[in-house]
Amino acid sequence: MTPELTDNIEKRTRSNGLFRYLVIAGSVITVIPIFLIVGNLAVKGYRQINLAFFTEPAPDTFQAMMAASSGEVIPGGIANGLTGSLLMVLLASLLAIPIGLLTGIYIYENSSKRYAGFIRSLTEILQGVPSIILGIIAYIWIVKNVTRGYSALAGSVALTIMMLPLIIRSTEETMKMIPITIREAAFALGTPYYKMIYKILIPVSFSGLATGVLLALSRILGETAPLMLTALGSPSVSFDITRPVSAVPLLIWDFYNDPNMVNLVWSASLFLMVFVLSMNLLSRSFASKHKYI
Amino acid sequence: MAGDKITKALLFISSLTILLLSAGIVLSLAGGAIPAFREYGLGFITSTAWNPTAGSEEYGAMSFIAGTVITSILALLICIPMAFSTSLFISEYYNGTRTAGILRSLVDLLAGIPSIVYGFWGFYALRPLLVNLGLTDQGFGVFTASLVLAIMIVPYATSLSAEIISMVPSELKEAAYSLGATRREVIFNVVIPSARSGIVASFILALGRALGETMAVTMLIGNANVIPKGLFAPGNTMASVIANQFGEADGLKMSALIAIGLLLFIITALVNAMGKLIIKRFA
Amino acid sequence: MSYTPESEHVLEIKDLSIAYEPGRWAVKEVSSAVKRNSITAIMGPSGCGKSTLLRAMNRMHELYPNIQTKGDILLDGQSIFAMSVIELRRKVGMVFQRPNPFPNMTIYENVVAGFSLNDIRMKKSQRDEVVEKALRDVTLWDEVKESLFRKGTFLSGGQQQRLCVARAIAFNPEVLLLDEPTSALDPIATSKIEDLLGELKKQYTIVLVTHNMSQAARISDDSMFMYLGELVESGKTGTLFTNPRDSRTEAYLTGKFG
Repeated sequence: MTPELTDNIEKRTRSNGLFRYLVIAGSVITVIPIFLIVGNLAVKGYRQINLAFFTEPAPDTFQAMMAASSGEVIPGGIANGLTGSLLMVLLASLLAIPIGLLTGIYIYENSSKRYAGFIRSLTEILQGVPSIILGIIAYIWIVKNVTRGYSALAGSVALTIMMLPLIIRSTEETMKMIPITIREAAFALGTPYYKMIYKILIPVSFSGLATGVLLALSRILGETAPLMLTALGSPSVSFDITRPVSAVPLLIWDFYNDPNMVNLVWSASLFLMVFVLSMNLLSRSFASKHKYI
Repeated sequence: MAGDKITKALLFISSLTILLLSAGIVLSLAGGAIPAFREYGLGFITSTAWNPTAGSEEYGAMSFIAGTVITSILALLICIPMAFSTSLFISEYYNGTRTAGILRSLVDLLAGIPSIVYGFWGFYALRPLLVNLGLTDQGFGVFTASLVLAIMIVPYATSLSAEIISMVPSELKEAAYSLGATRREVIFNVVIPSARSGIVASFILALGRALGETMAVTMLIGNANVIPKGLFAPGNTMASVIANQFGEADGLKMSALIAIGLLLFIITALVNAMGKLIIKRFA
Repeated sequence: MSYTPESEHVLEIKDLSIAYEPGRWAVKEVSSAVKRNSITAIMGPSGCGKSTLLRAMNRMHELYPNIQTKGDILLDGQSIFAMSVIELRRKVGMVFQRPNPFPNMTIYENVVAGFSLNDIRMKKSQRDEVVEKALRDVTLWDEVKESLFRKGTFLSGGQQQRLCVARAIAFNPEVLLLDEPTSALDPIATSKIEDLLGELKKQYTIVLVTHNMSQAARISDDSMFMYLGELVESGKTGTLFTNPRDSRTEAYLTGKFG
């Protein structure tokens, strides 16, 4: 008849409970670093955040040493990094947003063609390329051949290549969510194809597109590696795209080793992290609030 | 209609940018790497030499390939239990609850922190901790770098795994429960076999991210151009040697670095493609 | 496992109330009894609580985290809430609306899945015996005996469902619960399952939820009619259908609402 039920219910129940505790413990351990990192940065970084932080360029190590030895706040700030980042991100956006948008629309509109699928695959591969390699590429293309030297332009090009796949994919995903009936309604009213794209497709998906752009921006704002090989860094505030320029992450890289400048670097890191995370959260809440579709 | 023709042309031209970019990247990398391969042949890949002194220059990629592989795999091993338990928390035990939502947001925050901030934090906060524990002299080395790397890739493994796990049909789980299985048994006997490929794919993709990670590793691995001699010994990865030495390189050395970049590009592309393939087959 | 001497009623439901959320009672103070070795049908329009009631019988309703339960259900005189859930589910098995054999297991493994999931070791000869008996009892044996070690997904819907029944009866439970077991099957498969249930009731007690009144009329000995969470009427099927006492029962049976 039925074989004897020779299992051990107690043992199974215990192992069930134990596993649950392991899952909870593992999850807690996973998120502890966030609190550690944010906490450390907040505690050590707030002191240097003042008006000068935003308006003055970084001091040299000697000035910093003087301040450090007398326990004062280091004079200066990260203005050269802020302006450099701003410059390059702006330039990169100018290039990446239109191209990314149009390519995303192209892939969406022609998704049945093999060529479009091929482009989509290439975009995916591009997205996975380590950022330092894009730095090498921008070095070869721009630093060596265009500006004959490190420059903000080279940095922007590297950032552009990083932004493109993100914008292309989010554009395609956003468009996929638009109900076909909206297009059909437009065509039924006699709208020509190009008007449908400019006047219906893009406006309707605007919030989704904006979210994609914001996410791409938050991604490149924190990037350092490609800029090391292209923008190099500069001690002064500069808006010349053919010359080297600094960036907030670059400042951190330049001075992280320097015990005199350490306080400034804590603040720069705090600022960078808060800025990037805020943009992240902003784009997420933007996405959920404007769920048109 | 003229407007239509122009628009269609514009769209097509945009798509060409990706084509040109991709081709350009491969060509430039290959072109820049050729001098190194011409000089050292394919042995470049397996050689651990790294001698920049003029006159007896010799370069090889193996130390860095080893460094990359070791740190990435170690990071993945550390990441697996964390990502696994977190994704089970989110998608199984506390699925749909606010706690799970909060946990998911916290994990997403981990993904938003820039790499250089991780490196900096690791430099000043983690290293002293490891030194105090007596595990290492100065705190630089494979272990420190892998630990921070693990924290960085956890969000990628977790979010994808969690999604796959939540897609296991509830009727399969119900069948198992109705036969008297405990929750743990349902997870191991029904959920995991069902979600297995997706979970593996998520770890492979996390590995892909770890392979290309630069800043945090550069700041923590100790920058020794040799194959790491032990868990806490210093080393260098492909990405970090480029970051460190590209700026002052020229000629043969630069070509060697570009060649290393090419190798990194190939390895990352292969790993990512494998991960995506598994997902496509699975879904 | 202790039995009280075999009584007429295998299951007794006492004032059972179940709420998914505070205040939303899906089952309201239901009291009834299920006779041994019979087929009892629970019917009623959508949302009347019949599935909830059925799932309470093997405490599957507890999979919902916020569930509230009042009242009791007795299996052979013992409260099912007092015994271990694992033991309960060996005495009360369940078959679901859509056939759900485990896709990563062979037909053979599916039949004994209950044992392997519960970590019960058996000699190969014992396992073979269990598999053959269960598959013979559901009249699947001849159809699959050559393909026992293939994954079950090539079987037709009706065969898959019979496989699920085999899996549920491998434990030799006392009660078999079926939640709309034929609603996803074609008419031929449906009638095969109905015939099967008629045979199985000789060994097991069967409770089935159905939204198909004619099925209830065809195969059940007793029926329960539920409406908006309440047990409106219950009794021998023949009597209930020809002479319903409650006007709501009559309205349902004559198709005034679905």
